Order: sequence, then structure tokens, then C-alpha cells
Amino acid sequence: MTILLSLQGVSKRFGGLQALSNVTFDLPQGQILGLIGPNGAGKTTLFNAINGVYPPERGQIIFRDKDVTGFKPYQLAKMGMARTHQIVRPLNELTVRENVMVGACFGHESQDLSNAAKIADEVLEFVGLVTRADRLAGSLNVAQKKRLEMARALAAHPYLLLLDEVLAGLNPSEIDNMIQTVLKIREQGITIIMIEHVMKAVMNVSDRIIVLDYGEQIAEGNPETITNDPKVIEAYLGDPRLAEQLLEED
Amino acid sequence: MKQWLHPGFWIVFILVLILGLSPIFLKNAAIREVGFTVLLAITMAVSLNIIMGYTGYVSFGHVVFYGLGGYVGMYLIGTLNAPLPLAVLGGGAAAGLLAFLLGRAILRLRGAYFALVTIGVNEAVRTFIANFKPFGGPTGIELQFSVYKPYGGPAQALWLTYYGVVAISIFAVIFSYYVKSSKFGLGLISIREDEDAAEVLGIVTPNVKTVAFVFSAVLPGMLGVLFFFKNGNVEPRDAFRLGFSIESLVMIMLGGQGTLLGPVIGALGYQRLRGTLLTSNAMIGTLALKDFQLVIAGLLMLLIILFIPAGLVGWVRQRVPALRKVLV
Repeated sequence: MTILLSLQGVSKRFGGLQALSNVTFDLPQGQILGLIGPNGAGKTTLFNAINGVYPPERGQIIFRDKDVTGFKPYQLAKMGMARTHQIVRPLNELTVRENVMVGACFGHESQDLSNAAKIADEVLEFVGLVTRADRLAGSLNVAQKKRLEMARALAAHPYLLLLDEVLAGLNPSEIDNMIQTVLKIREQGITIIMIEHVMKAVMNVSDRIIVLDYGEQIAEGNPETITNDPKVIEAYLGDPRLAEQLLEED
Repeated sequence: MKQWLHPGFWIVFILVLILGLSPIFLKNAAIREVGFTVLLAITMAVSLNIIMGYTGYVSFGHVVFYGLGGYVGMYLIGTLNAPLPLAVLGGGAAAGLLAFLLGRAILRLRGAYFALVTIGVNEAVRTFIANFKPFGGPTGIELQFSVYKPYGGPAQALWLTYYGVVAISIFAVIFSYYVKSSKFGLGLISIREDEDAAEVLGIVTPNVKTVAFVFSAVLPGMLGVLFFFKNGNVEPRDAFRLGFSIESLVMIMLGGQGTLLGPVIGALGYQRLRGTLLTSNAMIGTLALKDFQLVIAGLLMLLIILFIPAGLVGWVRQRVPALRKVLV
């Protein structure tokens, strides 16, 4: 199996806070990697490091066999990396279609406007926003904005997709829809890393899970190993019984 | 190519064409002078709109490109005896080069910081030129009467500069629309809406912003050459007048930033108002109304920002969605 992304000893510090220490993993092509951990564990910071928003202080990031440590977000986008934001960032004064076209135009395929419009319509159909294509992005509700974030990332036809809490704030039926969408994306051969708080979802879709706590990688493995790992239960949920309850409730 | 069939473009194009050509057909020098001022304002506003309206960076000291272009052009004509078209290109190139260097240095600043630095740059360039001997120091450059001879004398030269301004203003409208409707323009608008998101989506923001800044600087530089050539002399005070910068901002805000029509309507409206004020004999108490034009510009800007921040065209687009397809 080819390794799409590899992190070696990635560390990042904000003043006195060690946000990431020594994060190391390999991500084979075509997998879904779940990234979980309590609030403030450094999950989004890890995305920002992978994606070039904050370059790491130490460590190496290898993407598609190339050392991309310290690359800018736009360089990584051109190489085929795309992400969504935890707090949605729509381009409000552009229409939904135009938002998605931006992804296709400036992502790694660098499409021209007319091709980008075609791709945008396909992707909007795929995420279920096609009826809103001509609305301004600012007029969408939160669930739709999350789908827009995803559509914009997908329109680039990336190799690697970073999903930052795409399920947060959605109701149960919206969550089910979104999970189906994520699985369909994987079927297209796109590798995914997803940060998620909705346990049932992350356990169901992930091939592998990494648990972060205070910037440290405290566990790694398939979903069953993770749920039974006492360190994870302690760090993440505090109480083993509560953990079981949470899993059942979801 | 289908973007060129858009009615929104043709409305603006024909408007500017009529404004530009009417003095030529009427062969009237007085109307030509009004036309010159209006077209100058339109081109300034349309150019500034590329960096301010499309990209979201408020260039407060934009007059620096007009002034520097004017100086370089006057130097080329006065000292090196260059023909006018070459001087106009030279002025544009100088302004573009300054924008390129500045863009590399200051476009990393955002919001108010960028706006403040552009004012500082204008002041710095003005002070530099006021002490720069080849450009005549504080007294500036004055053209000899004989300079106008090859153009058929001063009267003919005035018409010639007018043709130049008409051509540049029409080009400005075509170019602004081309930028707005292109992939490059989509990148600019993305930067305006959310620069960090734009970077993540793959827009090479430092380069794109710099190119936009150069685009917005070249035509003001060319205008400066035409204006000061027509004027016969250039001084630091006139060339780098911050008030002109502020007026251009008011025009854009009045008409609607980020639209093609907005700066044109805003420039036209503002210049009409200014003309009316300047020629009116009305008095407020013991003060003449004509001394108040900048006060009124300031008040106008305040009212627009408070009540219709999207400007006239933006406001109409919000209220009447059907017109979105027609007004760009």
C-alpha cells in the first residue's frame, strides 16, 4: 500500500503551551483516519500544521513522497490537499456555485472557469446543494454551509481531504446524510482524515483512529482497540462506564 | 467569451463612450474640460476599485501612482524630449513598478494597517520628490511653450490629451470588467471575502494581490502624465494631493464598491455635485457654499458608510434581485 501522508515527530508550541508534541503516523492511500481527543487536545492545530497554516517547529511532513514541511496552504492545495474548517468560512458575497468553483479553479487541477462551473454543479449535486447553487453563500444555514465547505474542498479533486468536525451542530438525520457522503467520497479513492466528536460516526467510518491528548498521541489503532484502550477511556472520557454509555446513546 | 454578451458590461461601456465622445462631436472646448475632469475621475475610481472593491484592500494614498506617473511623464517630455504617447506609457510603467515593489512589501498588512501605510507612502514619495533635483525639487517641472509645437500648438494639444483620456477611460471599463469576470477576478473576490480561506483553497494570495495592485496603479499613472502635460507644470503639492485620493474613495463608496457600474456612477455623481457646488453663488451666512466641497464629500462618505455601505449600485442589487443580472 502506498503511503500518501507521513508525519514524523511533528511538534508545535504556542508560547508556553505545547500544542503538539512528536506526532508521528503514516496514512496509506484510500483510508479514513479518525482523529479524536478532548477539547483543546490539538486536533485542529494538527490540521493547521499538515495544511501549512502554522508550520511545525520540529518534525517532518511528507505528502506524496515530497517533504512539504513549511509549505504554504496554497502550495499544498495545488499539490492535492483540501480541507474544511471547523468554523465554516463561506465566501458570503459569492453564490454557492461560485464558492465551489473557487475550489476547482485554484485547487490542484487549476481548471478554467467553464470547466469549474461543470465540476461545481456535479459536486453540488453530490452533496445535495444543487437547488441552492445560485443563492449567496451567506444565506445558507449551518448544515448547508458545512456541505458547502465539503463541496468546495471536493471540487479540487484532492488526493487528501481533511474534514474538521463536519458533523458538529447537525441533527441526527443530517449526521446520517453526511456520513453517507463521507463514505461515498472514500469510494472515489480520496484519502480522508476526519476530526470528529460524534463517537458513533467516527467509530463506524474510520479504518484507523488516532487519539490526541494535550498534543500527545496517546493511542492509535482500529476502532475496537481504541474503545477498549484504558488510556483513551481515561483521558478522553474519564470514566469507562460513561464511555460505554456514550457509545450506546449515539 | 460569453461574458462579453452581458448587458451589465454594455450599459457601462456605452455610458462612458457617450460621455467621452459627446464633446468631440459638439466640438466644444468648455464641455471638453468638464468631460476631462469627469473621465479622469471615472478612470481613477474604476482603477482603485480593482484593489479596493474587488480585492478588499483600501488603498488610501492611491494618488501616489497618479503623482509619480505624472512626474515621470513630465520628466520624459520636458528633459528628454520624449513624445507624449511614450511619456504616457513611461508614467504608467513607473506607477506599475512602484505598485509592484510596494505590493511585495506592504500587502501582507491587512485592513486599517494597509490603508495607513499607503498614506505614509504617499507622503514619503512626495517629500522625496520635493527634494529630488532632477524633478525640480519643490518647484517641480514646468514645460516650455515650444513643447506643444509638434502637437499643432497648445489648443490642438488640449484636444489630444482629451482623446488620450477618452481612450484610457474606455480601456479602464473593458479591463475592469475583464478582471472581474475572469478566473483571476474570482480569486480577488475570494481574498476580499476571506483571505485565509482563499489561501487554503489554493489561491497564491501574495502574487494575486500584487498583480491586482499593479493593475490598479498603471492607469492612474498614465492619467497623471496627461493631466500635467495639459496643465503645463507639475508640483509636489498638486501631484500628491491626498484630497484627490479621498475623493476617489468617496466616488467608489457612493456608487458601490466591487461593481463595474458603481465607480462610474459614483464618479459621475460626485463630479456633478462638485461642479454644481463650485459654480454656485449660494451663501451660508457669510460663507460661500463653493468653499465647502470637501466638507460635503466628507459628510457624504459618513452618510454612505452609515446607511448604505454597499453604495448605490449595491443597494439596488440588494433590493431588486431581478436587477442582479443587469448590474455588474
